[in-house]
Amino acid sequence: MLRFAPAIAIAVLALPVIGGLAGTLLPAFGYLPALGGEDLSLEPFRIVLAQPGLLRSCGIALAAGVVTAAVSTVLVALFVGGWSQTRTFRFIQSLVSPLLAVPHAAAAFGLAFMIAPSGFLARLVSPWATGWDRPPDWLIVNDSLGLSLMLGLIVKEVPFLLLMTLAALPQVPLAASTRLSASLGYGRISGFLFTTWPAIYRQIRLAVFAVIAFSSSAVDVAFILGPTTPSALPVRLVQWMNDPELTSRFMASAGAVLQLGITLAALLIWLLLERLGRMAVMHFCGEGRRFRADRTMRHLTLALIVLTALIVFGGLAVLALWSISGLWQFPNILPDTLTLRGWIRALPQIADPLWTTVTVGLASTALSALIVIGSLARERQVGRAGNRWALFFLYLPLLVPQAGFVFGLKLFLTHSGVGATWAALVLVHMVFVLPYVFLSLAAPWRAFDPRYEAVAAGLGKGPWTTLLAIRLPMLSRAILVACAVGFAVSVGQYLPTVLIGAGRLVTITTEAVALGSGGNRRVIGVYAFLQMLLPFLGFAVAALVPALLFRNRRAMKVA
Amino acid sequence: MPDETAGLRLDAVRIRLNGRELVAVDRHIRPGETLTVMGPSGSGKSTLLAYVGGFLDPVFSGEGRVVCGGRDIAHLPAGDRHAGILFQDPLLFPHMSIGGNLVFAIPQSVKGKAVRRARAEEALDDVGLSGFFDRDPDTLSGGQKARVALARTLMAAPNFLLLDEPFSKLDMQLRGQIRDLVFDKAKRSRLPVILVTHDAADAEAAGGEVIEIGRDAA
Repeated sequence: MLRFAPAIAIAVLALPVIGGLAGTLLPAFGYLPALGGEDLSLEPFRIVLAQPGLLRSCGIALAAGVVTAAVSTVLVALFVGGWSQTRTFRFIQSLVSPLLAVPHAAAAFGLAFMIAPSGFLARLVSPWATGWDRPPDWLIVNDSLGLSLMLGLIVKEVPFLLLMTLAALPQVPLAASTRLSASLGYGRISGFLFTTWPAIYRQIRLAVFAVIAFSSSAVDVAFILGPTTPSALPVRLVQWMNDPELTSRFMASAGAVLQLGITLAALLIWLLLERLGRMAVMHFCGEGRRFRADRTMRHLTLALIVLTALIVFGGLAVLALWSISGLWQFPNILPDTLTLRGWIRALPQIADPLWTTVTVGLASTALSALIVIGSLARERQVGRAGNRWALFFLYLPLLVPQAGFVFGLKLFLTHSGVGATWAALVLVHMVFVLPYVFLSLAAPWRAFDPRYEAVAAGLGKGPWTTLLAIRLPMLSRAILVACAVGFAVSVGQYLPTVLIGAGRLVTITTEAVALGSGGNRRVIGVYAFLQMLLPFLGFAVAALVPALLFRNRRAMKVA
Repeated sequence: MPDETAGLRLDAVRIRLNGRELVAVDRHIRPGETLTVMGPSGSGKSTLLAYVGGFLDPVFSGEGRVVCGGRDIAHLPAGDRHAGILFQDPLLFPHMSIGGNLVFAIPQSVKGKAVRRARAEEALDDVGLSGFFDRDPDTLSGGQKARVALARTLMAAPNFLLLDEPFSKLDMQLRGQIRDLVFDKAKRSRLPVILVTHDAADAEAAGGEVIEIGRDAA
């Protein structure tokens, strides 16, 4: 039975991506027999390219991908270099980690509530410092250069890259290199960049690529924070995809292919930047430059990292406050009155999306966890970890822009008569949940002391008893955390839910983003609060269940 | 005339890593006797135990017959070989109570919750740990853990013992005490033992034949 787990995992990851890509490519070239498209043509591309402001839309998507990745990577490298193995580092690590679980849309709303002209930051300094008693007429959120969009992406990608880096750290001799380079007179940051970073970067490279792919094609964040005239390409793409006019499906497919091209271009630009970065590091390293005076740099990096965390946490707190606020006039820092009216008004409509969110999240997580556990157990049996191909399949759904293949999947489902079913939604969520469950569980699973299993086998127990009675309970904490990560990923899914759910299956996230355009802060507050509450509950369960189950077992507590 | 099928026979056992031979053993260990394997760390001496116990890492390749009670067990799954294993660490299952660890080891053929519990309590008495049934393994001292680990191993009625430097992490005083306990139990249960160690005192206490491996590799 275990024998098939890796194959199932690869099928779950690869089939939807490859099938979906085909389902997008063919209509993009005019082939979709169900709608009478029998001949290949470039007409769909001609229509897309004729759209007004298209170049600008593409430029914003491209810039969002490259800038987000560059800023996040540099920030993480400088921070790890400047602060690793300090108490500050551990504190920041625990501060930033929960950010990973906050859905992108909720973080984007939080950011918007902070930095908008009528937002919390402006209120903090008004009117005493600014003289404003009305919000200034500035375009901060939805600015035409997409700066707030990039900021919204950066505050989410920094925690992601930081955690990926932390996972890679144990495999490099960090402490020894730090001491060695310090003894040779190098500054903390330069010593780290010269001796340790290249090895770390090699390990997190796919994650950085995933950041580029996500940032250049993210729909929900661009919808909330991105420019509007014209919107970034991913946003316009979804508008085309949701156009009820059937013939616009050709155009939407061509747009999706264009999106693939934009993401690919962003990746190519990144490869160039990688090379430039490597040359710069090698140049300075070759000159023996010490950069000993890096105090300012270190503290600047620390300040920026703390700022990203504070801005999201602050934003989330402001969101929660808005959901229970009555009148809240500018420039008051706190609401004038508190009321549950927003919640009472929203509750009747919430039940249905909440049910879909929770059941789809639980189902896709449970199935993914089973497949991941099966694959890891099989890996133990055959005695080798997955090779490079396994890692490639794992990252495949994270490297191909969602719009590029989910739309093709949707077309396939629609025209094969499956339509917007709960099961289809669960399957599509699994494509994104499974990689994260695998990535979080693989390290603790592989670190498990195999001698426990040898002992159990010596006591006459078969592989299944050993798995169920020894390994799984001993890894219960890691498994539940991996599940919590998976659940958070499912809750945060916007585009796949919108496309596959097709308006019939809605979740808290799709509702929140849809309501975002309405601009009612109380309603947005309610939905965004639920959006962050659900992942938080997942992690709370993951912490509480083992704590209760093993309350009398000291060695089962977190070290 | 001693029974030639009793005990544990290693028949042309060879273990290789990437074609390089690490271990080559041909021995017959009679009931109650100990074969001690000595060698520097990294010489692959533990892989012999892994091969006999059935948990050899697939990067190694092993061949040769392991005959126990007249039957070649080298191709049986680990769970069917009934090898009692003691490692450097006691490896008590941390999510179970002390009693849970012992009950887990009792063969399935012993039926009835009360009976199984009584067996476990007896085994605890036997190693001087009466009344420890409900204790959390992590609250025990090193010596106490080692004794529970031994009791757990014997509980499963093994056909032979595999000892992988089981005393090396105990402090001097305890080491002798636990060592005597282990060999005493093994002799009394007439179990063949393979001991892997780099401590000459262990080998001496075991009293059996000593073979050295990996000298030329080191």
